[in-house]
Amino acid sequence: MILLRLLSLPITLARLAGQSAWLALAQVWANKVRSVLTMIGIVIGVASVTAVIAALTGLKTSVLKDFEAFGTNKIFIVPHRPDSGPQRHAPWQTLAFKPRMFDDLQEHCPSVEAFTRITRTSQTVKCGKVSLGDVIVTGVDPAWHKIENRWVRQGRPFSHVDATRGTSVCLIDSKLQEKLQLDRDCTGQSILVGSRTFVVIGLLEPRAETSVFGGEGRNLELFVPFEAGWKMTESVSYVLASCRSPELSEDARAELRFFLRRARHIAMGQPDNFEIEAVEEYLRRFTEIATVITLIAGGIVGISLLVGGVGIMNIMLVSVSERTREIGLRKAVGARPSIILLQFLVEAVMLCLLGGLIGVLGGQLLTSIMASIPAAKLDKAYIPLWAVALAFGFAATVGVLFGMFPAIKAARLDPIEALRHE
Amino acid sequence: MSQTVGLPARVPPVQEPRGLQGRDGPATHGPDTRATDEGMIHLEDIRKIYKVGVERIHALDGVSLHVRPNEYVAIMGPSGSGKSTLMNILGCLDRPTSGAYELDGQAITKMRAGTLARIRNQRIGFVFQSFELLGRLNATKNATLPLLYAPGGWWSLKKRARAALQRVGLGDRLRHRPNQLSGGEKQRVAIARALIMNPSILLADEPTGNLDSRTSEEILALFAKLHREGQTILMVTHEPDVARHARRIIRMKDGRVSSDLPVEKDAVWATAPSPPPGPSLPPVPASPPAPPPPSGGPTA
Repeated sequence: MILLRLLSLPITLARLAGQSAWLALAQVWANKVRSVLTMIGIVIGVASVTAVIAALTGLKTSVLKDFEAFGTNKIFIVPHRPDSGPQRHAPWQTLAFKPRMFDDLQEHCPSVEAFTRITRTSQTVKCGKVSLGDVIVTGVDPAWHKIENRWVRQGRPFSHVDATRGTSVCLIDSKLQEKLQLDRDCTGQSILVGSRTFVVIGLLEPRAETSVFGGEGRNLELFVPFEAGWKMTESVSYVLASCRSPELSEDARAELRFFLRRARHIAMGQPDNFEIEAVEEYLRRFTEIATVITLIAGGIVGISLLVGGVGIMNIMLVSVSERTREIGLRKAVGARPSIILLQFLVEAVMLCLLGGLIGVLGGQLLTSIMASIPAAKLDKAYIPLWAVALAFGFAATVGVLFGMFPAIKAARLDPIEALRHE
Repeated sequence: MSQTVGLPARVPPVQEPRGLQGRDGPATHGPDTRATDEGMIHLEDIRKIYKVGVERIHALDGVSLHVRPNEYVAIMGPSGSGKSTLMNILGCLDRPTSGAYELDGQAITKMRAGTLARIRNQRIGFVFQSFELLGRLNATKNATLPLLYAPGGWWSLKKRARAALQRVGLGDRLRHRPNQLSGGEKQRVAIARALIMNPSILLADEPTGNLDSRTSEEILALFAKLHREGQTILMVTHEPDVARHARRIIRMKDGRVSSDLPVEKDAVWATAPSPPPGPSLPPVPASPPAPPPPSGGPTA
């Protein structure tokens, strides 16, 4: 008999909760307009939290994808005039990188997988009658293919010989090939870059399209060996390196800094006259910013949920005073205060969860709308499962917090007074 | 939800599993299947004092009352005489300021609120003037409401609901909502709800107050039937026509019992325009009033 009683307690509680939930649903259904108006706060709160999380998730997904395409291993090294120290007024010529400065870089920087010096200039390119201005001519080392992950589709990549001899060869992409009206197989054809003639040795794969780093995609590009580029510009624009893995980017940066300070003879205590920027670093910063935005949005949404909670509390107070006689009756037939408390809490939580459900659906709708706006670049926006769980968790918490006061009020009602209530 | 609040040692062990034990019709088993104390009420010098500002209002001013099992008592009195307060105390909804109340041999006065809720759930059936049915629930759900708050109440829910509704003559109205029922039917559902836990006492507060005279007679006939089946009934009313159906009439005035007589000796009998309907009355025994013949087992 004791076992039966022990067993029956959770069943009784579950039945009570079930009946309370059922009663609550009936109550909601009976007062449709009132319930919907009550839930609006929760609905808006939950819809906005899910939509914001969806937007951020989408943004993050596409940005991370862009970073991935751009290469998260990449490290940029550029000359930089320090803000203090003896070099703060130094002319750019003295600050510029020298081509031979990096010769033994890899021996000193084990975390760096590869590097290339880069020269950049804008030139007019001619082929036959066609003449194109503002073509960006980039001089690169052979390692560039590997670092940028851009290989030739046709012909051959830059070789060691090209690099050391500075041969007048070039790589173009299909866009330039089209603009110059070259043959389908254009390898071996000669074009005029500036005042020098270059032989096309290959056709490059097109640059990966990204929304974040897509700025250069519109320009026409032409690549020449570093030595050839150097002859045109007499300056190294920057050095592009790649670390062995994104996790090693901090190590690589430290190694590069040490190496460059020694190579550029910077005395102890003097500031760097160069900057090392790892893509990984930007990625980390972006993630931090995204987190901060999420938190801020969460805070704002929290306020709206709070307002929604007050609405719930209000309607529950109305419900308690409307159903005073019912409470009195339930107490008269043996309901303990704790059970009355449970009933009204379940009802408040039920209202909030319903609001949460509608809110999540609304959030999904908002997300779909966001994703369908092409300019917003949020086509990857989606509501992650944890956000749905979070929304319902929030809603239930609001229900418990704001349902508690009315429920306590109901539980404390005197049955005699309650049954006399009109 | 503590179910282990100490019970006095003299409670018979058969009373412990009451909530689970189906008692189907005491009429067939005879009253001796009940615990000997069941339905027994002892009130000893009950006082209830309300403080209104500095004034002290004696709602009950030393009421002593003894009701034996299977009595059918009507409590009458003008408004403000304390009959409602007495009902509330009898129903364990309220506690007296002083005095002792024993129900089924158990001292109620000292019990905690949670225990009182259990007593109300399992020992007391309430019938109200305005039925107090929940509009959203059908007859079955309304009648089984107390089972919701009883340990193990889920055990035989449907069966007990049907039995209780059949007992009050509503076997064909199981799925009806209160708004689909007539006033008399509503009160029958309320009585079924009061009976579903097999209470020791049935407390009815103006049970016919909202009913027309014909329906009132039906309800009173039902009470008479329940009384024959062994149920202890206490009913508050101000109508002599209703009170006449009881076997004993307690009149209250100014918080005191002003008269406590078998129905045959009370004034309602004298003022009656015609003999009361219902079962013919047994020969008048010497006071105190004896239980009527169908349940005349050994009670004392």
